[in-house]
Amino acid sequence: MSEVVLPDDPGLGQEVQVDYPGYRSTRLRAPKRSLVSLPEELHPLDGPVFGEDTIAELDGDLTSQHSGEPLGERIVVSGRVLDEDGRPMRGALVEVWQANAAGRYRHEVDQHPAPLDPNFSGAGRVLTDAEGFYRFVTIKPGAYPWGNHENAWRPAHIHFSVFGRAFTQRLVTQMYFPGDPLFPFDPIFHSVRDPKARELLVSQFDLATTTAEWALGYRWDIVLGRGARDTTPLEEQPS
Amino acid sequence: MKTPSQTVGPFYAIGLCRSNEHELVSPDDSSAIVLRGELLDGEGASIVDGMIEVWQPVERKWGRCGTHPDGTFSFVISRPAAPAGEAPHLDIHVFARGLLKHQRTRMYFPDELDANAADPVFAGLGEADRARLVADREDGGLRFDIHLQGARETIFFST
Repeated sequence: MSEVVLPDDPGLGQEVQVDYPGYRSTRLRAPKRSLVSLPEELHPLDGPVFGEDTIAELDGDLTSQHSGEPLGERIVVSGRVLDEDGRPMRGALVEVWQANAAGRYRHEVDQHPAPLDPNFSGAGRVLTDAEGFYRFVTIKPGAYPWGNHENAWRPAHIHFSVFGRAFTQRLVTQMYFPGDPLFPFDPIFHSVRDPKARELLVSQFDLATTTAEWALGYRWDIVLGRGARDTTPLEEQPS
Repeated sequence: MKTPSQTVGPFYAIGLCRSNEHELVSPDDSSAIVLRGELLDGEGASIVDGMIEVWQPVERKWGRCGTHPDGTFSFVISRPAAPAGEAPHLDIHVFARGLLKHQRTRMYFPDELDANAADPVFAGLGEADRARLVADREDGGLRFDIHLQGARETIFFST
C-alpha cells in the first residue's frame, strides 16, 4: 500500500485532508466532487441551544458513573471553547467518548482483546460556563490496535463533539496527549498536514489544573470557526 | 487558527447516541413527517457506522440518528420555516468512520417547486445537481439517500 503517513505540507492549509490515502476507510467515503460554496450571507445559521436539562449530574465525571472507580490513571481534562476571534463560547455542548485505560471501548464492534472495565462507560458531556470553560474528570485512555495497516496502533485520544452557535461551528475531533510515541505512525493524526494546525489537536500537561495527591491535569482549548453574521458578543445575547 | 476536524470513528455511539434524539417533533403531532434515508459509500454499500444530524435553523430544532445495521436512518420532522430569501430545507451534517471531516448538505421538499426555483443555493446549481437535493415521496413520508461518492454523489457544501 501507499505510504501510511505523508510528509508535512503546510501549503495545504490548516484543514484536514479528507481524502488522506493512508487512512484506508477514506477511499470509498471521502467525497470526490468539489464542495459547492454557499453565499456568504447564508453561512451563519443559528444552531440548537442546549440547556442544563441536557446534562445529568455525573456527566462531567467519567470516574463516578458506577459503584466503583475505574482502573487507570485519573486525569482532569479542561480548557476553553473559543471562536476564531478569541471570544468564549458560553453554553456550548461538549460531548466526549473514549477507550478505557486498557484501550478498549464499551462498544459491541470493538474486538480488541483487552478487558472491559465494569466501572467505566467512557462517555461524558458538559456545557461550557460563562467564560467558555469545560472540565472533565476521567482516566487516561489506552492506545489500541486497528486494522488500517500492518501493526497499526492509534495514539491515546479522547473524542470530542462540540456545538457552537452557528451551523458552521460544528466540530467533531480528537484530543491527543503530549509526546505520544505513536504520533509519527498515525495517519488520522497526520491527515492534518500543517504541523502547526496538527499541534492544536494535542493537549498540554498543566500543573495549574493538576490536583495534588489526586490527578494530573491536561489543558486543551478548542477553537471553532466564525459565525459570520453573529457579531454580537455572546455575553450580550439573551440567554 | 481553528481546531482541525478528525473522524467520528466507529464507536461514536458511546458518546453521541445515548438517548433518542431523532424526533424533532412528536410522531403524534399533526405536522409530523417521517424522513427515511440510507447512507452509502462509493460502491453503493450501506454505511453502518455513520451518523446524520438534521437542523431546522429557523425553529432551532435539531436531531441526530446513528445509521442502523442496514445503513438506514430515520427522523420525524416538521416542514421547516423558510429562512429569509430561501426555500424551506433541512440542513444536514454527515459523519462516519472514514470521513475525516463531516460533510454538509441540504434537503429540499418535492412539493415546493416555486420556492425551490427561487432559492439562491438551489437555483445556482445545474439541473441534475438540483434534483439530488430534493427528497422523494415514500410511504406518505419523505426519502433522502446520501451517497458519499459515485455516480450519484450527493451535493456537499463547503463550510
